[in-house]
Amino acid sequence: MAKVVGAVVVDTEECKGCGLCVVACPQQVLGQNKQVNSRGYHFSFMENPEACIGCSNCAIVCPDTCITVYRVRV
Amino acid sequence: MEVKDIIKPENLVYEKPKLLTENTMHYCPGCTHGVVHRIVAEVIEDLNIQERTIGVSPVGCSVFAYNYIDIDWQEAAHGRAPAVATGISRVNPDKVVFTYQGDGDLASIGAAEIMHACNRGEDIVVIFINNAIYGMTGGQMAPTTLLGQVTATTPCGRDAERNGYPLKITELIAQLPGTSYVTRQSAHTPASVRKCKKAIKKAFQNALDKKGTSFVEVVSTCNSGWRINPVDANVWMEENMFPYYPVGDMKDAERDSKEAHLKKN
Repeated sequence: MAKVVGAVVVDTEECKGCGLCVVACPQQVLGQNKQVNSRGYHFSFMENPEACIGCSNCAIVCPDTCITVYRVRV
Repeated sequence: MEVKDIIKPENLVYEKPKLLTENTMHYCPGCTHGVVHRIVAEVIEDLNIQERTIGVSPVGCSVFAYNYIDIDWQEAAHGRAPAVATGISRVNPDKVVFTYQGDGDLASIGAAEIMHACNRGEDIVVIFINNAIYGMTGGQMAPTTLLGQVTATTPCGRDAERNGYPLKITELIAQLPGTSYVTRQSAHTPASVRKCKKAIKKAFQNALDKKGTSFVEVVSTCNSGWRINPVDANVWMEENMFPYYPVGDMKDAERDSKEAHLKKN
């Protein structure tokens, strides 16, 4: 079976750190950064990038549409 | 494989819909409005009706919806969005008109307008965001506030004797013959967002086909008004809102008539 790997890009300035993507991720890829963006929110980032399968669940639940998803078969 | 090798245009599977503008939404972190705005933008893009769609925005948190979705918008007085939409759709029958309203706007101040617009069977789409509270003004009791729910104006919880019962407006509207599609959805998990998109797409398709009013309620969260964080607000909604506001289709005229036809034969 072909393996699928994915990656997400979070627009750190748009992210409001609500954490909905963190709970929506089935692979526990995302986490909230200890750093804050210019508006003071703990933006999301890929804490565990190698586990990402590019399912785009995080992007679908994001209220601010700040996640872009990429996926490739290897 | 390195992350930078994956992030290439040919591997793109999901990006922000082009209809959403670059403006940062003014909604609180985790607000369902953002998700529903995106669903509406995606549906309009999918149906390729950007030039034909006119939205009517309400008074409430989503009053600035015209800043975020790149289509034509009209702002209506509080609760009067269905009346304004009626006028627009009758003058421009080739346009797809939708209203986007909250529970205070639709179920309280605009209760008469929505009832009569649905009863006349205007060819409009109504998107109703029900978060059981007046979000914009600071979390006061709305008609849809649950019994026992603490709000700014019911500090001891909503009491049926004093404040009446939560209004199931979608169930009332489902009984009106003018409506073709009445459904209640939510947008808190990936699966429910996909279902919600399907419902909103169907509603817009009905408006294109001139089938009568389509009404989509989205059970939503207001984490600022409820005074809980976005993740817990979703859990609270599942535990408390869903038993009183069950998710699902209430009426689908096309499907119901097919079933009746099958039963007859």
